[in-house]
Amino acid sequence: MARINLEHIRHAYGPNPKKPSDYSLKEVHHEWNDGGAYALLGPSGCGKTTLLNIISGLLQPSEGRILFDGKDVTNLSTQDRNIAQVFQFPVIYDTMTVYDNLAFPLRNRRVPETEVDRRVKEIIEMIGLSDWSRKKAQGLTADQKQKISLGRGLVRSDVSAILFDEPLTVIDPHMKWVLRSQLKRLHKQFGFTMVYVTHDQTEALTFADKVVVMYDGEIVQIGTPAELFERPSHTFVGYFIGSPGMNVLPATVEGSAVHLGGQTINLGFAPKIASGARTELGIRPEFIRLGREGMPVTISKVEDIGRQKIVRAQFADKPIAIVVHEDGDIPSDPRVTFDQAAINIYADSWRVPDTSRVGGGA
Amino acid sequence: MQKTWNNKAWFMVLPVLVLVAFSAVIPLMTVVNYSVQDTFGNNAFFWAGTDWFTDVLQSDRFWDALQRNLLFSGIILAIEIPLGILIALNMPKKGLGVPVCLVLMALPLLIPWNVVGTIWQVFGRVDIGLLGYTMAALGIQYNYVNNVFDAWVTLIVMDIWHWTSLVVLLCYAGLASIPDAYYQAAKIDGASRWAVFRYIQLPKMKRVLLIAFLLRFMDSFMIYTEPFVITGGGPGNATTFLSIDLVKTAIGQFDLGPAAALSLIYFLIILLLSWIFYTVMTNSDAQT
Amino acid sequence: MLELKNITKVVGADTHIHPTNLVLERGSLNVLLGPTLSGKTSLMRLMAGLDKPTTGSVHFDGKDVTGMRVQDRSVAMVYQQFINYPAMTVYENIASPMRISGKDKATIDREVRKAAELMKLTPFLERTPLNLSGGQQQRTALARAIVKNASLVLLDEPLANLDYKLREELREELPKLFAASGSIFVYATTEPGEALLLGGSTAALNQGRISQFGTTIDIYRRPTDLVTARTFADPPLNTIDLIKSGAGFQRDGVTVLPVPAHLASMADGPCTVAFHPHHLSLTRPHETSATLPAKIIIAEIAGSESFIHVDSAGSRWVMLEHGIHDIEPDTAVELFVDTRHLMVFGSDGRAIGGSADGHSARGA
Repeated sequence: MARINLEHIRHAYGPNPKKPSDYSLKEVHHEWNDGGAYALLGPSGCGKTTLLNIISGLLQPSEGRILFDGKDVTNLSTQDRNIAQVFQFPVIYDTMTVYDNLAFPLRNRRVPETEVDRRVKEIIEMIGLSDWSRKKAQGLTADQKQKISLGRGLVRSDVSAILFDEPLTVIDPHMKWVLRSQLKRLHKQFGFTMVYVTHDQTEALTFADKVVVMYDGEIVQIGTPAELFERPSHTFVGYFIGSPGMNVLPATVEGSAVHLGGQTINLGFAPKIASGARTELGIRPEFIRLGREGMPVTISKVEDIGRQKIVRAQFADKPIAIVVHEDGDIPSDPRVTFDQAAINIYADSWRVPDTSRVGGGA
Repeated sequence: MQKTWNNKAWFMVLPVLVLVAFSAVIPLMTVVNYSVQDTFGNNAFFWAGTDWFTDVLQSDRFWDALQRNLLFSGIILAIEIPLGILIALNMPKKGLGVPVCLVLMALPLLIPWNVVGTIWQVFGRVDIGLLGYTMAALGIQYNYVNNVFDAWVTLIVMDIWHWTSLVVLLCYAGLASIPDAYYQAAKIDGASRWAVFRYIQLPKMKRVLLIAFLLRFMDSFMIYTEPFVITGGGPGNATTFLSIDLVKTAIGQFDLGPAAALSLIYFLIILLLSWIFYTVMTNSDAQT
Repeated sequence: MLELKNITKVVGADTHIHPTNLVLERGSLNVLLGPTLSGKTSLMRLMAGLDKPTTGSVHFDGKDVTGMRVQDRSVAMVYQQFINYPAMTVYENIASPMRISGKDKATIDREVRKAAELMKLTPFLERTPLNLSGGQQQRTALARAIVKNASLVLLDEPLANLDYKLREELREELPKLFAASGSIFVYATTEPGEALLLGGSTAALNQGRISQFGTTIDIYRRPTDLVTARTFADPPLNTIDLIKSGAGFQRDGVTVLPVPAHLASMADGPCTVAFHPHHLSLTRPHETSATLPAKIIIAEIAGSESFIHVDSAGSRWVMLEHGIHDIEPDTAVELFVDTRHLMVFGSDGRAIGGSADGHSARGA
């Protein structure tokens, strides 16, 4: 397992990049801890797969260096970097048995057969394919095949890092829960350095200790799931994480007071905002209380999704979403209050740090 | 994939059925008719039963020709299939090289059989042919007209030149269908070049190889035009394959009965061997 | 109105669809919910007329259309893959079904622009599909299905290949489309959450059988059998096999859970007790809650809430808890089950009672 340093990495697919927009991956400069579980989260085209391929060595960055445990591996091939990778669609060796598929990466590296047998049996047990061990991999279902791919990624104990490229895409919802928690538990047990690429926030948040949110070739925030949820440092993070995403409402700030439409909310602190900046208030649907007190709203639609209700409403002439508990009722004269501690203020889309709050700010 | 059923479809294929009836079924029935009768001319036919079949199957001439056929097909398959795979593996995957290679590969396939025969017939001549003359100048004894070995080598080399491209193109199509992720995964798994071939490329080429194998087998087993043009079945009977023997019997000697019997036997052999190959190869597929 | 009367589909030795009856009303949105290979696509192909049922018949507005060619029916279909004409512009793609049906130029133009506006494609009308993002490509396919104005619109996992956030946006827009037309919409998905967000009616599908059909939220709240309950749960449904005896659900003669008021009248005997992950908690949510000992397997943090996988005397459950609870694996904890929401299924898999909170009992 290794610590990964990304030093001033940039990548452009075309030749001679000049403008920032020529780069598919804009400057990335970070250190990732040994044994950490990282998720790269973002919409398609945000550069997350590019970054993953640079780490695995399938792609050479246009600029910058990449270090594993302080050793420069920028010019090393994928084999020499000693990493494991699981792809979006199952990659299996059709003609081999399930057992041989898992043994393949070990046998290629001349691991003694007794050790191969021990590791393979352990992994086969874990992915729940013991009964299929001697079967040819060809006839299996898509999720069984993907389990083999996952297993091949986990079978080597000596890898520097294990990379996952949207590995649960072809898996049915129920099986996702099982596989995800198994991965997470494995990480707790063995402390692999893991990097997981996905567009699915639930996968990213539940899997990772640190989530790297990417947008348009840039990293917009790296944080724990809680930080991303409570203190999104950019309105994009607020929108992208959470479903529905954060409500972002245009607002004007005066000292510690925020004006929204005809309403005024006390923040409890006075954000420092450069003059002329576009200011917005961000509040998550989970932190708006719907009841008989507070500011008036007009409800346009209630979506009952079982364990909770999503209320779509007009507040100060802007659409907002409110989350109401399964058993919560919706009054006929609805009013809302915002949880003061959950309010974030944005200037030109970036969060204004609240120096007075302990633990706040990115 | 299931198809929409539609009774109109039968009307659409009707013209083809009629064509096939005229071009294949009716001539075949005529051949069957000839094979069981004898004639002394004047359109007077006598029932001959299975006599002609017995005659053919008991003649050395038939068995010798069949052996030549099997040997020829065996040799060219043993060379063309591996050679085709090897070339396909080394063809460029992207860039300008791809169309250039594909066109070069397709060229021999576009030349008609009889022209190929003529080209090689001239090419190998000691007096005016580039190959024959060069060999002679180098002091190598080469004469496909008199030497059995030289005649066979010429036919085999010619067939390889003409048909390996087909194997290459089929294999290339098979290789092109393998997603990049497979090669990337193999790299990460530390697979050797041989392992990549054995466990990724070969399994993915299996279906096209089956097609290439059957096509090349059937075609080479029915070879006629090229040996007819180059060697005329000689020297002696050294390159008299079943097809040439058949033409000699039917047109040269006008023995319609035996020729019809021979052609039916010939047809059944090809059918049987193709079926055996197909079953064996698809069965090995099912077991994996 | 689309009616499937006792239809089956058998291919070789496999039965893809067991005898099925289904009535879909005009202007309705119907979700086919089930895991991969449960028969969603097979059923849609039978509805469309792409396949002929092995037995049974398909009726449209009372007319038997079994065996009628798909070209002669009024059907539009959108697939998981983004299928557009690559050489045509978005405008031409959307216009294509109307060109085939021979509409006049002015109508085509009006309809194309209306559909494009609805699907937020107006700025891209002159581009070709390959120059669009996945979401825009699928929007184009959807717009084409809308302008066709077909009586039956089949959507086969149309959002499966899109980014999570894009799915969320399109999911919000889709019901508006449905509401605007009088067509019958059928929407296949593997995700219970998607079915709930779309609303309408849902047919829970499993191994080629419809286990239940009805209003989406009703099926979620009152599944008539265990198969439906499992199909309709994400995170997965928590279950435990127990024996009802008097006032308790017992295992080996020891009461594990008390029998709540809404199930008091059920007969004694073996049963499966089930509850959703959000009805399991680390704190007492209600005075009627029951407690169970458990061991933490792993805790997953998802922003504002945690999914905690636990092992309670051999049963593997998921608990959905508000807030962040990063508990170390193997920690022993006490769980609270909100017994007001318990669902109980008999040994035949049929539901025995509904949840207590105002839901009436249904089924056997």
